[in-house]
Parts: sequence; C-alpha cells; structure tokens
Amino acid sequence: MQHTVTIEDTGERYACAGEESLLAAMARLGRRGIPVGCRGGGCGVCKVEILSGEFGSRAMSRDHVDDADRAAGRLLACRVYPASDMSLKVVGKLQKSVCGAVRPVSSVTPPVTR
Amino acid sequence: MAMTGVLRPGHAQVRVLDLEESVRFYRDVLGLVETGRDAQGRVYFKCWDERDHHSYVIRESDRAGIDFLGFRVLDKANLDRLEAGLKAYGIATERIPAGEMLETGERVRFTLPSGHAIELYAEKTKVGNGIPLINPAPWSLQREHGIGPVRLDHALLYGPNVAEVQKIFTEVLGFYLVERVLTPDGNANAAIWLSCGQKVHDIAFAEYPEPGKLHHCSFLMESWEQVLRAGDIMSMNTVPVDIGPTRHGVTRGCTIYAWDPSGNRFETFFGGHLPYPDYETMTWTFDNFGQGLDYPQRKLHETFLTVVS
Repeated sequence: MQHTVTIEDTGERYACAGEESLLAAMARLGRRGIPVGCRGGGCGVCKVEILSGEFGSRAMSRDHVDDADRAAGRLLACRVYPASDMSLKVVGKLQKSVCGAVRPVSSVTPPVTR
Repeated sequence: MAMTGVLRPGHAQVRVLDLEESVRFYRDVLGLVETGRDAQGRVYFKCWDERDHHSYVIRESDRAGIDFLGFRVLDKANLDRLEAGLKAYGIATERIPAGEMLETGERVRFTLPSGHAIELYAEKTKVGNGIPLINPAPWSLQREHGIGPVRLDHALLYGPNVAEVQKIFTEVLGFYLVERVLTPDGNANAAIWLSCGQKVHDIAFAEYPEPGKLHHCSFLMESWEQVLRAGDIMSMNTVPVDIGPTRHGVTRGCTIYAWDPSGNRFETFFGGHLPYPDYETMTWTFDNFGQGLDYPQRKLHETFLTVVS
C-alpha cells in the first residue's frame, strides 16, 4: 500500500510503500531531501523527527538513536517503514545541507583544480 | 624485503545490528568462508586465499562500528619486543589470553589516541586455503562464491590525534608513511596511509572529531575485472554502494566502497603501487583530495568525509 510522506523542511512529498523504508522510497524517486548515507542504520546521517503517522522500524545504532530519541520519534529514515501517511523533519548531522542555510561539508570541500 | 616485525592486518572485529542477516551478507554476497562461532556468539570468517583461521569477525550489538583491528607479528619474541616498545613509549597494554578468540594465541591490546583498539598477536591456527601445499592449484572452488576477495587488505579508521597515531606506528611498530593528504592550511596531515611491508597500505587514518570510528575494512580482489564483477554482485543483491567502481589517486588502487547491512563500509580493492621503506612519502594537497579519492571523476564525495560507523 502506498503512503504519502511529507518532508516539512522542504514541503516535498513522495510516495512510499509499506515495505519500503522512508529513505529508500525517497531515493528511488530521485528526490533529494533526507541525506543518504549507509542505508543500514549505522551512520546516522538520515535522522528524522517523525511529526505524524504510523510506522514500523528495524534495528538502528544506539550511537545515533538513544531511548530519548526513540521516545521523541527521532529515528533513522533508512529503518522506518510507513503504515499511514507521514510527515517528518530532517534532524541528522547533515540537516543543514538539506535546508541549505549553511553547508558544513561543502565548506571544507575544495574546488576542483587542475 | 625482510619483514621481521608486524606482518599484516590479521583480523578485524566489527559490530552488526542483526547477526544472521549479516552472516548471510558476508558469507553469501561478499563470499567469505565461515570458519567458526564461539560461546560469545561471534561469527568468524576468512577470505578464500587466507591461511589463518579467520580475518574478519562479527558480533551482534546495538551499535555498528569496529571493536578492534589486530595485526599479525612474526613470532612471540617480536610480540614481546613490540609490547616493550609500546610501554617504553608510554602506552598502556593488556594481554588477552590465548583462546579468548577462537584458534588465536595471546594478544597484546592497546588503545590509540584516535580512540581505536589495536591488537598484536603471533599465533593463529593455520587452516589453509583449501589448496594443498604440495603441487597447489592456483585457486579452489571457495573462490567461486559471491564476490570472493583474496584477503583482508587494510582498514581506514577515523578519529582525532592522527599526528600522534602516526608517531606510534612509525616510531614503535615499524611502519612507514607511504602517502598523505595535507589539511587545508597545509600544516598537518588530514589523512595518512601507512605500510609495514610492500603493500601500498596496511592501515590508514583520517582526522575526525569523534574517536574510534570505522571508515572501512578493505578486501583485496585479484583484478580490475574482479572489482567490476563485485559491483555486479552488489547490485544483484541491492547492496548500497557509496563510491565506484573507480580508481583512487592515493595508492592508485581500484575500488568500490559499499555498506554492509548495518552500515559498516567495506571496500573491494585491487592494485596500488608497491612502495619500499626508503621511498619518499607522496603528498596530496587538500585542494587535490578529490583526485586522491576518485581520480577519473576528480570528486571529493561528501559521504567519504561524513559517513562512518
């Protein structure tokens, strides 16, 4: 069953099936919203805060999701599977690169030189 | 060349979030050979052409990353000598008894200023590579399973105090600096590649604020064609690929970076130049880091700097 996921930071919406992770569906559609890293619950860059909606989840690293995070719905999008329409905001360590205000990574990325 | 101290990275122990899912990945997709399980629930693997009992160990945990990286040394006399050198340098060591890890002798463990646990050991049971030592065939059927790398080649670790780490490896453990990338101001090293033999690197480090992080463990392939074949197998199994197939400027190695099911990055690697200890270090300025990482695309992929476990 297809659900609609809304990224509140950007207003972007995309369809996600119940057997697909929030991150995989976004990436499959070629959207750019949630930062994509390891896609296995280990690196933490795709951290989101779920604002509404029902979902299931799989194991993710406690280095990035502790009990307080879990209670507040701050989870890794690569390990969350929707059971209804959902809305979320991006809170991972690359959050700023999504919102475009500051780009901490790009600030150390050198220009290509020849 | 004569290698009389540290010989090679001999084992990595990596944490996974789901053991059986990870066993299926490492055994059936990467194509490692499962060699044992212990009472702690750890699962032991080797690459097909390795002769020692294991080189890669996984254990289930609630967080991903690396527990420790172990180096094989020539013999017990060298183990004692290297431990004495570490102590004289001011580094605390502990002895882990023989048998704590399956088929493995006593290990000397210490922690680097980067936050990584490193081990030295002199004994591990030789189980062979499935090929007789008398009139051996060039390969066995164990190679024809999954990606099928030849050996655990090296690891890249991320953490603080890389300058101190470099001193320990070069002044105490007998490694030499093969290549480095400078920091943007040019006054320090952002990343270092160290060898203890004639491999282009046995271990590498990059400066990173969080201690003890794993960037990747690398597995050696026999050819560039085998690296491309590894990419086919990754896609057939929907393994998330990070970078490649491409060629590094640093080391000149051919590569694919990808992630295991718990987000631990691994590499399928081939080639690289063959340094000697008397060769001068090769230096990359930070503005050429992109070429160092991905020479054809000249691109410093964002994930290389930011995604670790």
